[in-house]
Amino acid sequence: MSHGNMNLTLKVWKQKNKDTKGSFETYSVKGISPDMSFLEMFDVLNEQLITESKEPIAFDHDCREGICGMCSMYINGRPHGPKQGVTTCQLHMRSFKDGDTIVVEPWRGAAFPVIKDLAVDRSSFDRIIAAGGFVSVNTGNAKDANNILIPKDDADTAFDAAACIGCGACVAACKNSSAMLFVSAKVSQLSLLPQGKIEKQDRVLNMVKQMDDEGFGNCTNTGACEAECPKSISLENIARMNREYLGASLFQNKV
Amino acid sequence: MATSSKLNAKIPEGILEDKWTKYRSTVHLVNPANKRSLEILVIGSGLAGSSAAASLAEMGYKVKVFCFQDSPRRAHSIAAQGGVNAAKNYQNDGDSVYRLFYDTIKGGDYRAREANVHRLAEVSGNIIDQCVAQGVPFAREYGGMLSNRSFGGTQVQRTFYAAGQTGQQLLLGAYSALQRQVGMGAVQLLARHEMMDVVTIDGKARGIIARDLVTGKLERHFGHAVLLCTGGYGNVFYLSTNAMGCNVTAAWKAHKKGAFFGNPCYTQIHPTCIPVSGDHQSKLTLMSESLRNDGRIWVPKQKDDNRKAKDIPEEERDYYLERRYPAFGNLVPRDVASRAAKERCDAGYGVGASKMAVYLDFAANTERYGKIEATKHNLHNPSKEEIMRLGKEVVKEKYGNLFDMYKQITDEDPYEMPMRIYPAVHYTMGGLWVDYNLMTTVEGLYALGEANFSDHGANRLGASALMQGLADGYFVIPYTIGDYLSEEIRTKAIPTDHPAFVEAEAKTQALINQLLSIKGTKSVDHFHKRLGKIMWEKCGMARNAEGLKQAIEEIKALRAEFWKDVRVTGAANEFNTELEKAARVADFIELGELMCIDALNRNESCGGHFREEFQTEEGEAMRDDENYAYVAAWEFKSEGNFELHKEELKYENIKIAARSYK
Repeated sequence: MSHGNMNLTLKVWKQKNKDTKGSFETYSVKGISPDMSFLEMFDVLNEQLITESKEPIAFDHDCREGICGMCSMYINGRPHGPKQGVTTCQLHMRSFKDGDTIVVEPWRGAAFPVIKDLAVDRSSFDRIIAAGGFVSVNTGNAKDANNILIPKDDADTAFDAAACIGCGACVAACKNSSAMLFVSAKVSQLSLLPQGKIEKQDRVLNMVKQMDDEGFGNCTNTGACEAECPKSISLENIARMNREYLGASLFQNKV
Repeated sequence: MATSSKLNAKIPEGILEDKWTKYRSTVHLVNPANKRSLEILVIGSGLAGSSAAASLAEMGYKVKVFCFQDSPRRAHSIAAQGGVNAAKNYQNDGDSVYRLFYDTIKGGDYRAREANVHRLAEVSGNIIDQCVAQGVPFAREYGGMLSNRSFGGTQVQRTFYAAGQTGQQLLLGAYSALQRQVGMGAVQLLARHEMMDVVTIDGKARGIIARDLVTGKLERHFGHAVLLCTGGYGNVFYLSTNAMGCNVTAAWKAHKKGAFFGNPCYTQIHPTCIPVSGDHQSKLTLMSESLRNDGRIWVPKQKDDNRKAKDIPEEERDYYLERRYPAFGNLVPRDVASRAAKERCDAGYGVGASKMAVYLDFAANTERYGKIEATKHNLHNPSKEEIMRLGKEVVKEKYGNLFDMYKQITDEDPYEMPMRIYPAVHYTMGGLWVDYNLMTTVEGLYALGEANFSDHGANRLGASALMQGLADGYFVIPYTIGDYLSEEIRTKAIPTDHPAFVEAEAKTQALINQLLSIKGTKSVDHFHKRLGKIMWEKCGMARNAEGLKQAIEEIKALRAEFWKDVRVTGAANEFNTELEKAARVADFIELGELMCIDALNRNESCGGHFREEFQTEEGEAMRDDENYAYVAAWEFKSEGNFELHKEELKYENIKIAARSYK
């Protein structure tokens, strides 16, 4: 089916579920085209496994255009593979050479337990958002959108933070499995905008508490998260969140 | 033509402008104490699902949300790029609720309901207000005001946007509202759960059967009402701009339980997508319609011209949209732009290796922006290089992420050479038939957003899908659901050991067992690809009676082969993506047949439905208003057997006319 001439060896993590031990299995794939995406290469492999009546490899994916944040492969020791600023689904096989051996693992991190093979459970991220990643406004309460003017620079900086796709590469890249980049992106977005300022103290305290409760590690300013983030979310967000957190801890009214 | 007695659209009486306001103010209410004991199941967590779930929970209803992805934030609304329309008239260019209403009806080729579309236009402004209040970072001008741009089929600037990631930002806004309710305990979230069937008791929707995709366990959930916010069915074509998981299963299962399917043949082929590069391709990627603000579409005037784009001089280029449609130029609606691209390629003027592509060229506008920048910076007699460098910065600010995505996929730099684009399946205007309340023909079962058929007629205008999803979820269903639930306050939660639940679960279990027991020789994807090929070739951008008849036969044969020879690996009680796909493809095959039946029935061309037998001499779509100004609502009778019911479309406020963008 494929029209390429790359032959590759894959070492892929196989694990039945979160309660069993996993191990690497080795596969070879042939006839890979450089125009294929990394996930399309996995499609070829899975098709081959099905033909051999073997079980295909489970992996998460959906939009395949780099925006839904569902794909999550740890490729040759790097989340989303060797290229900067792309998700696994947007990584193309032209980034590899014929004859390469590629090692593929699931996201690492205690707060991301393996569901099966390369698919992990990231519901901890949803719970962090539920703890405070919102503006408390009910439907129907809003005033005209241009009533509050927002400086373009603030809106742009908020947008840059809001571009986070929640994939979890930052956690997977971090030696401490810290979720600081993810959490700080949401904290920054909302604290930069007038609509979010009202709740900014509670927000940062609640989100950080939930992050800690989920078992994510601490930040030691290594910067691997920023380097591996497919959307180039900036470390400045962590600095901003630390300022917010310190301010909120010192001045919060609640005891 | 008379409307079938089985279809009551429940459109309120009165003049168009007052219908919604009056209706909203008189529709039955449910008091807060009663809301607490009424349960609503929301299937799907995209713009429609998340916004509906959040809003209903805020009002006090008990809500459960189901999505097949690992998080509600993954729903495919996230991938919408260009923007969201609203009749704010912030640009002082003459926009109004009426104009948005008119553009949408005309854009839909006079095949949508007036009352629904007018309501959509009325609430469009509230959507922007709501999203801004949630902290959605829309693009802004230096003065702090919201920025706008143009989309196809309009002559005003009413599209609000957040770079090329508007869907992402709107969905994250709705998702945050949803998660807030989850955190407050008002919504129970069931991610990695797929709806397998609707449970009906005494003709009313009373719950669903869901499969926990991690454990494989089947679950029964009761609800006083069920909301299907499950998106469109574009993946019936296998290759589309939809996400891999997008499917028709929830809607199709509802259809088989009595919900009529409206206008299944209306599919939108988006003109600006990255062309197919090989057989391995699993999905197609859209390049936002917003690019047509600044990109000019052309092909060489000479057939089989193999020169590079930049070596073809200006006078040897055919800017065919500007030539054929001078009033709207590159911003004609999607159906028109797609057909025009196909026409040029079929005639032998296509470009690129496959010759199935046209150019989308930014050079002229990059130069124009560069000159403006040079003037702004007081640069006199700037060199061409300098102008282009300055212009590129402007283009980058507007479309940077799209250009990066194009380069990543094609390995070509669109700042240096024009993009190559070709139409691809993108959206489905058809969907479950709903009345003015968004209720299907099954009582208590609703369809919102792309899953319903209601607002876009035969063609959707750009930046209107986000508008409709959020309108339905934030501003329509919270009111209209009261009409039904106010009558349900005496209904106690029905225990899920009721025979209807037991039977529905057994049926689902039997389906799963059957899929796993076939142990055939071909993969699920194999069948999906073959279905897609039949649909694209015979029920795609152009259709004709003979091809459709063939397609129906081919799909019947494919279905028989699928149930004899599909190979589904793994087991039922585990995380099994092959099993998930198999159940979805089985439904796509049945839907494909109905789409062809509907396309064959509609002996006219309108919007995205282009029947080759019905076109003008210039190749424009030719409607037949006398015989086909109706919604085709199909009732499922038995496998491959559907009965047509018609809902007459009456135009009391807009003069129905030939659609012209010339």
